[in-house]
Amino acid sequence: MAILEVHHLVKKFKTDTAVAGISFEIEEGKITGLLGPNGAGKTTTILMLLDVITPTSGTIRMFGKDMRHDREAILSKVNFSSPYVALPSNMRVWENLATFARLYGVRDVKRKIEALADFFEIRALLHKMTSALSTGQLTRLNLTKALLNDPKLLLLDEPTASLDPDIADRTRTLFKRIQKEWNVTILYTSHNMAEVEALCERVIFLQAGKIVDDGKPQELIHKYGHKDLNEVFLSIARNEIT
Amino acid sequence: MKLHRINALLFRHLYLYKRSVPRLMDIFFWPVVELILWGFISLYLGRFNMNGVNIVTVLLGAIIFWDILSQSQRAVSVAFLEDVWERNLLNIFVSPLTISEFVVATVLLGWVRVMMVGVVMGILASALYHLNIFQFGFSLIPFVMNLLLFGWSAGLFATAIILRYGTAAQVLAFSLLFLVQPLSAVFYPVSILPIGAQWIAMLLPSTHVFEGMRAVIATGKVPYANLGWAFLTNAICLFLSIVYFSHMFARVKEEGRLIKLD
Repeated sequence: MAILEVHHLVKKFKTDTAVAGISFEIEEGKITGLLGPNGAGKTTTILMLLDVITPTSGTIRMFGKDMRHDREAILSKVNFSSPYVALPSNMRVWENLATFARLYGVRDVKRKIEALADFFEIRALLHKMTSALSTGQLTRLNLTKALLNDPKLLLLDEPTASLDPDIADRTRTLFKRIQKEWNVTILYTSHNMAEVEALCERVIFLQAGKIVDDGKPQELIHKYGHKDLNEVFLSIARNEIT
Repeated sequence: MKLHRINALLFRHLYLYKRSVPRLMDIFFWPVVELILWGFISLYLGRFNMNGVNIVTVLLGAIIFWDILSQSQRAVSVAFLEDVWERNLLNIFVSPLTISEFVVATVLLGWVRVMMVGVVMGILASALYHLNIFQFGFSLIPFVMNLLLFGWSAGLFATAIILRYGTAAQVLAFSLLFLVQPLSAVFYPVSILPIGAQWIAMLLPSTHVFEGMRAVIATGKVPYANLGWAFLTNAICLFLSIVYFSHMFARVKEEGRLIKLD
């Protein structure tokens, strides 16, 4: 069953077209990668899905509802994490999580935060200032925030960017566990193709605001006769596939 | 509108106030300094024959009212800036929070700040200058309400400009009202102003509030004409600022600048 349906989505910024009429559906419980070179339209697409950028035209439906008419109902079941968006550094970890738990209407704030803090192994950090956290700890904090509302759909924008290989690997393991244990559907952007190959059941390639291909990582690798997804990515980025 | 989301934002700012000395300074430092400064000036002026006018009450009343207005405006604009400075706007607006809930939360925050300042200044005015700001009973309360309303309008207007121009315009969050202070007849009657300036002054709710406040202090009666004009001009200002803010917010979303607001 599709929990996200995007139809003919277009975003124009003055004379530039960032997203040029894309359509796709995301099935429940899957990890899907939204890939493409810089400027392909990945982040713009994610931000339109979160209603912080207004589409020029097209429709976004989640859980069978239209974003234009049911924004509150939709966003209460969605969450987002990106290393480029910070939680306030001048608040304690607990205060940040309590703020967002209240924002999402979590019933038992304390229990929810403690359960997630245990899962992400940040319980010892709860009373620390957010500014005192390392990059890896901040990533886990962002993910904790992103699961506070038990989202059905999680949008992750380059979640392992700026992490060292060890922390990035641990984070990928967490994504797998989140998907399995919470049955969360994940839409994911990344420039790390090995990571995408290991994590995603499906990838959607964007180039210049258009979908240029869509399928399982291994199918795409075979389809274009490359040895891995990184080579497929390079071909697309260099316009060798049309 | 959901109360838990308004509560969440309110708590988010109260967490900051709880431990941040600079934020508490922003709330209390200038009001206290102004109160002390204007208290001494009014004590000095009180030595001269002022035709029976209680200069201490008039000037200190004016400075307390001005700080109420100023705090009310700053609370709205600075609350928004806090999330810009901390790159937290996106986290806030990817939640189900609506723009009206965001505005109501900042308005309530303004009310909390005004209460804190009002209590501290009231105690200080009483202790230092024997001025009881409650001596006029309920007569001044409608004027205080008008100041809160005008502060919220000005705060929303400043926030809308910050949305449009980014943090390059953040100085307005702290100084917007000083642009209208000379015309608001805070410390002198509006009749002192040149005729042209008087017409402009009459468009400002604050002018009617300060004129009204002086009338209450002088006569003990509520000047209903001032009060009526204050409410009318406030309704217009509030309507215009909400329309402008909503327009700017929609435009920022249209242009994809919410994430790049700095």
